[in-house]
Amino acid sequence: MNGVLTGWLRGRLLAPVLAVTFSALLCAVALLVSGDAPWTALKVMVSQVGQGTTAVDIVNSAAVYYLSGLAVALGFQMKLFNIGVEGQFRLAACVAAIAGGAWALPPVLHTVVVILVAVLVGAGWAGIAALLKAYRGVSEVISTIMLNAISTGVIAYLIRPDTFGVLEGNNISTRPIEHSGQFPGISLGDKGTVFGMVFVAAALGVGYWFMLGRTRFGFELKASGESPTAAAAGGVNARRMTVLALLLSGAVAGMVGLPELLGRDFAYTLNSPQGYGFTGIAIALLGRNNPVGIAAGSLLWAFLDKAALALDNVGVPREIAVIMQGVTVISVVIAYEIVRRYELSAQRRKVASEASVTLGPADAPPPTPELTDSSGNPSEVR
Amino acid sequence: MNANLAVQLVGISKSFPGVIANSNIDLRVRAGEVHALCGENGAGKSTLMKILYGMLQPDSGRIEVNGEPIRFRSPSDAIKAGIGMVHQHFMLADNLTVAENVLLGAEGQHGIGGKARRRIAELAGTTGLRVDPDLPLARLGVADRQRVEILKVLYRGARVVILDEPTAVLVPQEVDELFGTVRQMREQGYTFLFISHKLDEVRSIADTITVIRRGRCVGTVDPRTVTSRRLAEMMVGSELPDPGSRESTVTDREVLRVEGLTLLAESGDRHVLDAVSLTVHAGEVLGIAGVEGNGQTELVETIMAMRRAAAGRVSLAGADGAEVDLTPQGTLGRREAGIGYVPEDRTRHGLLPSQPLWANRILGYQSRRPVSRGVLLDVAATRTDTERIVTEFDVRTPGVDVPAAALSGGNQQKLVVGRELSGDPVLLIASHPTRGVDVGAQALIWDAIRNAQREGLAVLLISADLDELIGLSDTIKVMLRGRLVAEADPATVTPEQLGAAMTGAAE
Repeated sequence: MNGVLTGWLRGRLLAPVLAVTFSALLCAVALLVSGDAPWTALKVMVSQVGQGTTAVDIVNSAAVYYLSGLAVALGFQMKLFNIGVEGQFRLAACVAAIAGGAWALPPVLHTVVVILVAVLVGAGWAGIAALLKAYRGVSEVISTIMLNAISTGVIAYLIRPDTFGVLEGNNISTRPIEHSGQFPGISLGDKGTVFGMVFVAAALGVGYWFMLGRTRFGFELKASGESPTAAAAGGVNARRMTVLALLLSGAVAGMVGLPELLGRDFAYTLNSPQGYGFTGIAIALLGRNNPVGIAAGSLLWAFLDKAALALDNVGVPREIAVIMQGVTVISVVIAYEIVRRYELSAQRRKVASEASVTLGPADAPPPTPELTDSSGNPSEVR
Repeated sequence: MNANLAVQLVGISKSFPGVIANSNIDLRVRAGEVHALCGENGAGKSTLMKILYGMLQPDSGRIEVNGEPIRFRSPSDAIKAGIGMVHQHFMLADNLTVAENVLLGAEGQHGIGGKARRRIAELAGTTGLRVDPDLPLARLGVADRQRVEILKVLYRGARVVILDEPTAVLVPQEVDELFGTVRQMREQGYTFLFISHKLDEVRSIADTITVIRRGRCVGTVDPRTVTSRRLAEMMVGSELPDPGSRESTVTDREVLRVEGLTLLAESGDRHVLDAVSLTVHAGEVLGIAGVEGNGQTELVETIMAMRRAAAGRVSLAGADGAEVDLTPQGTLGRREAGIGYVPEDRTRHGLLPSQPLWANRILGYQSRRPVSRGVLLDVAATRTDTERIVTEFDVRTPGVDVPAAALSGGNQQKLVVGRELSGDPVLLIASHPTRGVDVGAQALIWDAIRNAQREGLAVLLISADLDELIGLSDTIKVMLRGRLVAEADPATVTPEQLGAAMTGAAE
């Protein structure tokens, strides 16, 4: 059992640790090349976490990334590449803000309604791509990219002062959501306020894990992603799964903008943040579609974002953090490949040594002869 | 025949990760003989030949050529020692001419000019190749390509030629021609190592037969004194499985009734299935014979609702005798009604290759116990039940967490058959259930089907293996161009008669 456990740990931890180490080394090289001391930069970044609201900012920002990563990972489970998380989350946040600002409802119910609107808009926007994919065979990559562009136009129209927007100074904004519709956070005094949506994001992560590993729906999702033909022969309706997977991905995507909308901004403005949807793709890759992995990826990403602000103080260009983010994603991809090969050969050696023990006389059971040829495949698909 | 040994392998062992391909194999090939190497798929024949040809290095043992110990580091060493290999999959360039293909990589022998051409012309006669050496290879048929491969080997000076499953790609008439050439070359003093698992061919061409089983040398026999049956038993290592000989278990209780099932081609202008009607009774195996592409695959997939029928009705009577109309049901509904389905292509339709065995147990059963309770999966029960299948069906695996792709074809198929017999099916649809599996798995699968049949299972069997079809079926129907055109009694019909009906010659 001990061997199993260490093997499991090695499988889970070796690759990410390798990746982070490798990317840290690369960034150190980049810093040295630009004439800065890597150690100072790292020290400043780490100590920044204790400064002001940075720690809370990291957690809040990670929640946003986490939702986005989950949305992308849901598509990845079925080999669907939902690039449209960006458009889905922005449109959902915009419409939810409009709805939240327009309606006056009792507390809790108000918040729930806003969340529901966001979820439905996100799912609906993704649903266009889902239906196109399922019934017309249109690649979801193409359609979601197009829908991203369209959503930008739709949002611009929706928040015009003569539709749903209001002009505030130089900025156009939706009508602010009343206190009853806001999601209360946990205030840590001058350390900042943790968004309430952080806990919703965490709960979604647990739900994601449970759904994939323990429910029939999760199995059907994974089966359709791995082999649509085998899934069909097993009675899984592949078309239905495609639609559902994209709808679900869109629904989670719809919540990406909510932590900030319901915890800080209370209105959708022209300056509302963008790009979370694309970050989610990198984070899903970083976390290998695993709920814990995505959480780690989100935290790392958020740390690099927020802690890098301190780099300016010591004269180090803070763009180094962006380099580090990019390098990390590439390193993860490479590290997983290296570890996969290493484990494969380790596994082969193990099976070989077992086989030489079990091979008795000629009529003993034959060792599985195709193991050598085919054992490469499974891990590749993984 | 002269007793000089052209090639001698002594104590060759070679193991791959997970497999001992060769274990202490001795092989003595006399000069000027055709020495056949027999064994099932995966017995280790090809590994041994790759070692002899220098493509693989043995872990231990030695190779002697003409009495001299020799070490091959690469095929070029083997070629230098006069050993050549004709691979099962040709290694030829389509856009080059015959002569260029032969010369490619052997320019050093006689250059590329007139001398080389004269040598090619000389050797072409030996191999029976009658085409113009300037013809592009793309214009040659399979048999001639094979001769070009042999020519290549001879041009490089080989006296010992390894033929790896040379007849696999040939039609019977071409096989006869190849054997003619081989005999003729044998007269000229060439030595052949002939790898095959087709017993009749081996018996007709070989002077000596060495049988390999599970990486070990079982024995060397004289084809004139050994029977095919004895040879087969040496290969398999046990009594041969025999699909035939048993008493009928057919009842008159109808289980599957298909009426007027019609399927249109995707373009909509052609009937892939043309009003097919059939009935399978409890305890009956209904075999469908047919040349591939005549609608058998589509028949099965339409019954399974993986394709949408244009017309027709499918109904199934459960164990309680109540008939259920399956026509409006989808694949899962039909499976739940009691159909087990062994698809013809297990990797495409039967398994999730990268998922562990226990997850593969779920496929097709995700709505039923013991795999699931409502919307939740019961992982523990699934694992237990997978372990049961692994034991009962002798699936050789280190455990149920191994990905399905890591298993050999035979073991994958045993898992699929075990799974499809698990949900208390009333009907089993088995498409080519033993295609591409080893003889041991074949016997086990046959036994499993027969045992289930004895307990009242109805079986719809599609198979290209006519012996299997005749041996297992209680009734055989012949399918031609989407229609069931003939019926045969497996007790009396011969494969030849069935073959004639399948091609429409008997109409």
